Amino acid sequence: MTPTLIGRIQTRIALLATVGVVWTLLIGPLLVGIMSDDDATLGDVYRLAFAALFVVGVVGIAWEFLYHGLQQYRWEKDWPTLFGLLQGVPEAVTTLLILSAGLPWDVGDVPVGAYVIHFATTWIVVWLFANGPMRVIVPRWRYDGGRLL
Amino acid sequence: MSGSETVVVGGSGGGDEHSGGGGGDLTDHLISTSTWSDEDVAAAGIPIRDAKIVSIGGGLGSLALVDTLRISGVAADDIVVLGDHEVPSATYEYLAANSQIPRHERLRSDAGSVMDNIWGFPSYALREAWAKKSPKRVWQVVTEPVLSEYFTPQAGQVYESVRRETQRIGWSQMLRLGFARMVRRRRGGGYFVVHTPENPGGGPKRVAYRTQNVHIAIGYPGVAFLPDLQAYRDEHQDFHRVVNAYEPHDHVYSQAASRPTTVLVRGSGIVASRILQRLIDDIEGNGAQTRIVHLFRNYVGGPQGDDPKFTRPGANGFAYQAFNYPKAAWGGQLRHRLEQLEGDARSELLDQMGGTNTAPRKDWQQQIDRGMKAGFYSQSIGTVTSVEPVDGSEQITTTITNRAGDTQVITADFIIDATGLLARLEDHRLMADLLEHAGAGKNPKGRLDVDHSFSVRGVDEGTGRVYASGSMTLGGYYAGVDSFLGLQYAAMRIADDMAARGEVRRLGSLRSMSQWTRWMRNVAP
Repeated sequence: MTPTLIGRIQTRIALLATVGVVWTLLIGPLLVGIMSDDDATLGDVYRLAFAALFVVGVVGIAWEFLYHGLQQYRWEKDWPTLFGLLQGVPEAVTTLLILSAGLPWDVGDVPVGAYVIHFATTWIVVWLFANGPMRVIVPRWRYDGGRLL
Repeated sequence: MSGSETVVVGGSGGGDEHSGGGGGDLTDHLISTSTWSDEDVAAAGIPIRDAKIVSIGGGLGSLALVDTLRISGVAADDIVVLGDHEVPSATYEYLAANSQIPRHERLRSDAGSVMDNIWGFPSYALREAWAKKSPKRVWQVVTEPVLSEYFTPQAGQVYESVRRETQRIGWSQMLRLGFARMVRRRRGGGYFVVHTPENPGGGPKRVAYRTQNVHIAIGYPGVAFLPDLQAYRDEHQDFHRVVNAYEPHDHVYSQAASRPTTVLVRGSGIVASRILQRLIDDIEGNGAQTRIVHLFRNYVGGPQGDDPKFTRPGANGFAYQAFNYPKAAWGGQLRHRLEQLEGDARSELLDQMGGTNTAPRKDWQQQIDRGMKAGFYSQSIGTVTSVEPVDGSEQITTTITNRAGDTQVITADFIIDATGLLARLEDHRLMADLLEHAGAGKNPKGRLDVDHSFSVRGVDEGTGRVYASGSMTLGGYYAGVDSFLGLQYAAMRIADDMAARGEVRRLGSLRSMSQWTRWMRNVAP
């Protein structure tokens, strides 16, 4: 899929709200044991994980403008699959900083191990989904630059 | 650039026509009348058969639409395909093989342009990785084009998977072998498609298919030569030493393998790259003593374009891009931009994105570098002023004027025209008839004028529509019409337009998913 700006934004929000949410719900119980606070509950995990998802969804829109701007310097006007995977690295860092600042809601001290596992696995699952099954569920998506509406 | 000689590569002919009434053949009255009634056809004794849709061509363009329609829920009984080969990839394979892409070589098409799978998933790369139990192709497709070159499928993989899909969707049940002679408007709505069956046996000589939906995907009518080469062939009737890359021309390589031979290559697109690869492979691998002279008319010495945001890489005479248009022309911002443009503006953007270019394959670039150093490959730049045979020898001289205005003479044993498949609409009998009788027009590139849904403009008859896809529609609102993904895109747009007209069901997510599982299990739609 070769994204347009609107397609990027719509795909990001749609995939995080579906695949991202389902994956977060599934992986939550496994993360309880590696939270830095031994008394952490599943509720604490979800408070952290959904805050991260929310930040990636909202702040990610600003990232998409940057990616789209960079894309303009490519002759092909495309966005290689690898870029889609690697852009998770800077986004993970900024999301961690935002969560640590107590936004969008207070999650206390961010347990880095649990955060990284959640972020990385969610990112990869969403990326895999965008590179395959999405074409089946929305058959015109790949022609529409990722646009869904 | 098109010559007057057309070497037919697809079916465009048909039997001789005789006037007369009631004999089951076209009558003078029918031939001269643009709109026919059911009675007119019956009076000529031509049997009428009904179909929901008739797809003319029977090649990959037909396959793309028929596959999409079958997956959308159209029964095989409602579809008629008129073609001249049993297998839809036959003509493609013939042209690819002539232009030196045998089954084991790779095409210029990306992993997701999967001719037998409308979703593009699993991609050719994943399937090759699975079949060969090798993760190498997965790594390539994940890291392309940053750390690896683009994955492109082997020709044989495409042909084999197309064969599988045709069996799955009941292709042979829908296919009628023979020649589609003409499409004429039908009084009361829709069209007649006149078909000349290949082996009528005791059956009718002509059949008129009555339908509300016609699809034309006939590909290129033939190969065309550069004007000076065309003139040489016409004057000297020499079809042996001046050949087109898309014609069978193995005799060139045979001679080059047996004695020192000079080959002049014209053109700098992907086909020229293939021809050069074959010649150099024979030199380096089989000891052929070939001297290659590569003649450029427009030499690309560096990146093309003044806009820093829209500069195409170029060097050594070649303009480089992975596919024949930038990737975003198939489904990204360039597709969107082209859709908004009309007339000359659209034509200009198409030229800017397309034109003559080849793939930036390292192995090809290295071959050229080695050839220049070793001296068996040289480049000339100029405009051809004459092509003449050499008296008393089997050679040909090409005289060119270079940029400085100097004259240069190149003597060669063979000239290979690798400038492509260019041919005019009028070179195809059915297209000429469509222009003359149905009211079809031309787009800014001189090809068939279609709207955003690939519906041919000016030919609507009542609720009936004529659609077209493939190379004949280049110049329209979509750049990559002559590509696997372009054919599938056109198919989706046509199916959606038919759905909007109430002819078929629109393919939604649920059906798409259930049909995909059927595809995965190789079960009929």
